[in-house]
Amino acid sequence: MFLFKLLLKNAFRHRLRTILTMVGLVVAISAFGLLRTIVEAWYAGVDATSNTRLITRSSVSMGYPLPLYYGERIKRVEGVDNVTWANWFGGIYIDRRNFFARFAVDAPSYFAMYPEYRLSDAEKEAFLADRQGAVVGRRLADRFGWKLGDTIALSGTIYPGTWNFTIRGIYHGQDAKADETLMLMHWKLISESLRKHFSSAVANQVGVYMVNIKDPGRASAISADIDALFKNSAAETRTETEKAFQLGMVSMSQAILMAIRAVSFVVILIIMAVMANTMTMTARERLAEYATLKALGFSPAFVVKLLFGESLMIAAIGGAVGIALTFPLSVAFLKQTESLFKVFEVSQQTILLQAGAALCVGLVAAIWPAWKMSRIDIVQGLRHVA
Amino acid sequence: MSAHASDALIRIDHLTKSYTRGGQRIEVLRDINLEVRRAEFVSLMGPSGSGKSTLLNLIAGIDQPSSGTIAIDGINIATLDESELADWRAANVGFIFQFYNLMPVLTAFENVELPLLLTNLSRKQRKAHVEATLEMVRLADRMDHYPNELSGGQQQRVAIARALVTDPTLIVADEPTGDLDRATGEEVLLLMDELHRDLGKTIVMVTHDPKAAARAGRMIHLEKGVLVDDNAGALVDAH
Repeated sequence: MFLFKLLLKNAFRHRLRTILTMVGLVVAISAFGLLRTIVEAWYAGVDATSNTRLITRSSVSMGYPLPLYYGERIKRVEGVDNVTWANWFGGIYIDRRNFFARFAVDAPSYFAMYPEYRLSDAEKEAFLADRQGAVVGRRLADRFGWKLGDTIALSGTIYPGTWNFTIRGIYHGQDAKADETLMLMHWKLISESLRKHFSSAVANQVGVYMVNIKDPGRASAISADIDALFKNSAAETRTETEKAFQLGMVSMSQAILMAIRAVSFVVILIIMAVMANTMTMTARERLAEYATLKALGFSPAFVVKLLFGESLMIAAIGGAVGIALTFPLSVAFLKQTESLFKVFEVSQQTILLQAGAALCVGLVAAIWPAWKMSRIDIVQGLRHVA
Repeated sequence: MSAHASDALIRIDHLTKSYTRGGQRIEVLRDINLEVRRAEFVSLMGPSGSGKSTLLNLIAGIDQPSSGTIAIDGINIATLDESELADWRAANVGFIFQFYNLMPVLTAFENVELPLLLTNLSRKQRKAHVEATLEMVRLADRMDHYPNELSGGQQQRVAIARALVTDPTLIVADEPTGDLDRATGEEVLLLMDELHRDLGKTIVMVTHDPKAAARAGRMIHLEKGVLVDDNAGALVDAH
């Protein structure tokens, strides 16, 4: 109790210095948390993947379509349960800055394969019944203030013309990992339009196939079987698990992610140096006091406890405020970057990492002064006053 | 040297202390032999650099001799390690410093309580001890005050209470009036005199001030690390 009282009084002896150090810690810990959350948000698509889904796309590039009839052949591969497909629609909603993912999907099979997108039966029926209907995620609807029955006009970029869609459903993710920023429309509508303006060959093209498999343990073998089907054809395929597919997408931003990670740790290293400097200054100023305590019979371990305790107390308060501040910061950040991240949540792991970083800063900052002060010569220390 | 060897609380034999600075060996104390009886009030005097503070530090167990022995109450403290010395100091020595060396973040009460934290006394017992000691130094009404709310003389009285609260065998004082004006210094000396006279405390005090030294029953002079004069037995009454 006495030790705690002494720690508390010592910690706030130089209020301005302590508060400034704490402000530094708050900034560092919240910045660390925000940067970690950004990295995690990047990987959110990977975390949300299912191990029973494979993605089949052109082996050349995502930009090369596959024939529609591939779907039936893939379905017949042993171990395949179901197949659906989607085309990237592209388009612009009012302004290019209003970016969000838009996919033309085979609605009946798509929702069967993505149970994580929860849509009421009534809304699903309304969507299936309306060829110009669309389903949007909850967050996307919130972002633009859309509600059921609203008409959304998109200017085509891949598919020319102006496309009007009526919102027939707003889906909810089954958990925080699920992407709630998608807009889904009927593939058939796009296909019919292409058939009308171009040809059947163009109309019957698919961007990617999503393949549901029965046994995740056979994912690799099934992928190889699917790709073998189309070997030496005009449109060879590349099949991989949904996770590998998403990781491939993330890897395109690997350099940026590495930089963000590095910055997050540099921020902690900087505050560690600042805090170590504060603690060293503090210890030096109190040299005579530590010498007095030792003269009175207090052990070097007591002096060590005083310094570590004070450093940890400052780090704990700064860390706690920093962690608390990460949540409103994340909300504000997400508002500014809504089109960029599908899922943006401060995870439990991030909070633990922040707490660990604050603890580490507190411990490391006190090592040198505590070691130094525990070894001070009493006579020299007392002379510090005189 | 004292003739009452059997009564000796402090017995110093062939004590030397030297430092090596800049590759040069400096002898601070040379072959010191000294005995101090129980309940004796001794002042150590001498010019700057004479080694009086070093001798006090060695007696207090906060410094180690280069050679020789220092036996306090029969214990040769020169052979104790750092941890044993800390325990020994906590139990046997009360310190009074020139600049009081109080913890600025602690009240007068808490400062006096500090040495008691190293004992097994309960909180209630500690409180009783601290209050009684502060009463003794006539600061009972200031126990909740912080050092910066007290005058120099009051701070030194708190320091005296801190030195006294564990009822140590020996009290060492390094220039206890050095930072005080004459009148306040006189009050502090009076208080130390009381400790010696009424409580029978053994006090070893370093001072530059001959008037302060005269308070002690025995004055020891050091020069260049050598004990040059000791009026052992000849009581000097400054009153």
